Amino acid sequence: MTTWGWLVLAFPLAGTVLIGLGWRTLSDRAAGVLGSAAILGAFGSALAMLVALQDRPEDARSLVGSLWTYASTAGFSVDLSILVDPLSTFMCLVVSGVSFLIHVYSTAYMKSDRSYKRFFAYLNFFVFSMLLLVLAANFVLLIVGWAFVGAASYLLISFWYRRATATKAGMKAFVVNVVGDIGLVIGAFLIFDATGALDYAGVFGQVTEVFGHNDGQLVAACLLLLVGAFAKSAQLPLHTWLPDAMEGPTPVSSLIHAATMVTAGVYLIARMHPLFEQAPLAADISAVIGTATLLIAATMALVMTDLKRAIAYSTMSQIGYMILGVSVFAYGAGLFHLMTHAFFKALLFMGAGSVIAAMANEQSLDKMGGFRKSMPFTYIVFTAGALALAGFPLTAGFFSKDEILAYTIARGDWFVALAVIGYLAAFLTAIYSFRLVFRVFHGEPCEQAAELEAGHLAHAEPFNPATGEAEDTDAGFPGPEHHIAEREGAMKAAMGPLAVLALIAGFLQIPGVTDVLGNFLEPTFADSQYHESPTTGAEYIGMAVGALLSIAGIAVAARIYLRKPGTSARLQARFSGIHRVLSNKYYFDEAYDYAIVRPVAAAGRFGRDAIERGFIQGVLVDGTVALVRGASAFARGIQTGGLRSYASVLVIGIGGVLLYFLIAAS
Amino acid sequence: MDISWFVVLSAFIFCIGAAGVMTRRSPLVILLCLELMLNAGNLALIAFARMVGNVEGQIFALIVMVVAACEVVIGLGIIVAMYRRKLRIDVDDLSELRG
Amino acid sequence: MFFEQLLFFVFAAGALGGALGVVLIRNPFYTVLALVVHLFSLAILFLLLTAAFLAAAQVVVYAGAVMVLYLFVVAYVGGSDDELTPKPHGTAVALGPIFAAAVAIQLTIAVVGSGLTALDSTGADVGENFGSPAQIGEALLTKFLLPFEAASFLLLVAAVGAVVLARKRRGLHEPADAVSVSEVLRGDGEAKGAAR
Repeated sequence: MTTWGWLVLAFPLAGTVLIGLGWRTLSDRAAGVLGSAAILGAFGSALAMLVALQDRPEDARSLVGSLWTYASTAGFSVDLSILVDPLSTFMCLVVSGVSFLIHVYSTAYMKSDRSYKRFFAYLNFFVFSMLLLVLAANFVLLIVGWAFVGAASYLLISFWYRRATATKAGMKAFVVNVVGDIGLVIGAFLIFDATGALDYAGVFGQVTEVFGHNDGQLVAACLLLLVGAFAKSAQLPLHTWLPDAMEGPTPVSSLIHAATMVTAGVYLIARMHPLFEQAPLAADISAVIGTATLLIAATMALVMTDLKRAIAYSTMSQIGYMILGVSVFAYGAGLFHLMTHAFFKALLFMGAGSVIAAMANEQSLDKMGGFRKSMPFTYIVFTAGALALAGFPLTAGFFSKDEILAYTIARGDWFVALAVIGYLAAFLTAIYSFRLVFRVFHGEPCEQAAELEAGHLAHAEPFNPATGEAEDTDAGFPGPEHHIAEREGAMKAAMGPLAVLALIAGFLQIPGVTDVLGNFLEPTFADSQYHESPTTGAEYIGMAVGALLSIAGIAVAARIYLRKPGTSARLQARFSGIHRVLSNKYYFDEAYDYAIVRPVAAAGRFGRDAIERGFIQGVLVDGTVALVRGASAFARGIQTGGLRSYASVLVIGIGGVLLYFLIAAS
Repeated sequence: MDISWFVVLSAFIFCIGAAGVMTRRSPLVILLCLELMLNAGNLALIAFARMVGNVEGQIFALIVMVVAACEVVIGLGIIVAMYRRKLRIDVDDLSELRG
Repeated sequence: MFFEQLLFFVFAAGALGGALGVVLIRNPFYTVLALVVHLFSLAILFLLLTAAFLAAAQVVVYAGAVMVLYLFVVAYVGGSDDELTPKPHGTAVALGPIFAAAVAIQLTIAVVGSGLTALDSTGADVGENFGSPAQIGEALLTKFLLPFEAASFLLLVAAVGAVVLARKRRGLHEPADAVSVSEVLRGDGEAKGAAR
């Protein structure tokens, strides 16, 4: 039965290996089809896994399948094993489903790129890593998958590797990820140190015996795991890499930085729930940070002028909701929001990709406008995604977000304050999401929109959207053509289902009516100590508040951006100080630059000059050379060529030998 | 008149010859000192031949004399050739073997 | 016995004196003469060791032929009076004689302190024939035939070598385009330049 689990892993792995090795022989089309088929195979296997899992009785829905023993030394043994249970099945379905649609989208979007095949190889590798992460049954494999995902993210962010901004962004993402990796590894070690086991079953079985409530070591381990989770999920303060990661191609942003990789942190907390429930202090800290993130990111998204970056901050904010959800032990709600967010955020990015293509690679909101008539399909799906994001009543985002906030309130005490902040941020979310819709699609058509209405797709000299400098379209740069949804069937085929799902997926968890996801995930979280769910009445009150806020937000956005153009300029002038802080992203990047980057760079320079050049090169290497030179010069001095000195040396030698024998004989 | 006196004498002559090789600058004289050393060896050989009562030592000394003669011939030939080429008859000048 | 000891000391002194003369005298002609004295003394010492044939060979061959040859060359070459331009001595050269003295002392200690008891005697009992030409000849032609033949071959080689080294170029008639071995051996220094 775990064979399906192995197949889920095998398909993308085969895809990446085949495309990676056969890039010379495969045609572009074949690579795209092969990559997408691999993910489709993974999705099919995940479905089969689901069916097989549901066939079993509820208490037997956690299976571990092991390929071989990876390491067996004194004290512990680690297997190459995967865990098939509702949580991992759920994650596999979401990841492989959304990935498949994005692969289909990419076959059309990346068509003229010279590194098309490399793209699909990397994408498949990423999906394999993510599935490995969620299917791992022990900490070792989790960390392997974690690291692979970070590597895949780096490869894909700096995909257009000849752009200086892209490579820098890739490095920044990787470095922050590594900080998280360190936290994860040390946290795992602390847990291993106390429990002596590395596999989930072993660790979770011993948690209540080995650790007391809020045990120091456990809290430390959980905090370190949180460091890893926050780095991967772009929460404060390890979030600085996410906006820069938009340097990657739009399908990458859609897949990795919206739907899958950034949710790894949420998955981690959900999976480690026995640990966090035994150390609620860490969970509370996580909830606070999640709340802080969701508010601050929402404020930043209000002023971003780059379309993709605005959506990126929105991602950061929504993941804050998910982190809040799993930190107040509302696992079902948090994971539900993970799923719906995957749908509508991937959709939003796909739509953004289409718009950017229509703008001939221009990403600035200031230059866009009025695409409603020329790009009807993109307009409809983008608005559907925005509605879900804003939490418009009856959309998927509405149900999931409000469920989280209802559970938060149900925890009582100071959690209510967190929930209030969550509702405030929901209001801001509605504003900024419709800010995007109105600015891009409504208003006077910009020149690219006008060209498109006339039937002609705009074209511009290739340039870097972040810096404006000119580029070419060789390998390592984006290709010369741009593909919009209206003209590419594959893009429509990918965005359509997501739009539908964004609107109707909420019906899986109507409070009091359906509880599909909660029931499905119940076996995994059966050992949870917290079962306080909000009453149905409280939930409906919460939903009403949420609906009001959402509609109010959309109305405010309509007023500012639609009815009275110029309002935003006036607001900007009046609150110019706040606007500056928000536009500069609260100066986080500058703070890190001064606090960390510069000292480390100075240390590196010191190391290079003093240690490397001065000591190792000068003293050790050159010193040895000088020593040898000196010795050989001395030895050379003996070769004078003079007969008499040679004879003298001979006699001295004979004297020495005789002396030795005389002494030895006496 | 023990045999040891002859051997000690031979040692002294050998070392005087060695000192001469190291000290003198004319190759002619150096060759002469070489003769001294060879003769010292001869003396030692004959002394030991007498000590053991075996004539082989004397044969050895005879052959050494032959070799010394040949070596002198060649050495003097070199010196004559040096003189012919107007080179200085000075051992310190001939230092082509320097490393 | 007493007479032998006296002879020994007298001619040992002669040998040492000749040796010192070779090393210390400046004029090369006189050094050759000093060596001749040394060789004669050694011949007497050989006689004391009942090596009659060798003593004779020493006088005839060494002191006779080889030293005369030396004198010829000294007369021809002239021999520089040492130290025309005093050159600085290297450290090894300055220390040389000291180390030679050290070697001498070490050898003396070795001989005097050696455990070889036979050294302290006047030698084994030998018959009348010991060291006679008959005995030497017999040994040379039976047991030591190979060294004997090799020595003669060596003499031949030395003779040839001497001729090659010392001949003048002008003494031989050669065709103009012949390549001579000696030219190759000697390098072309003055070959082409010499007037033909």
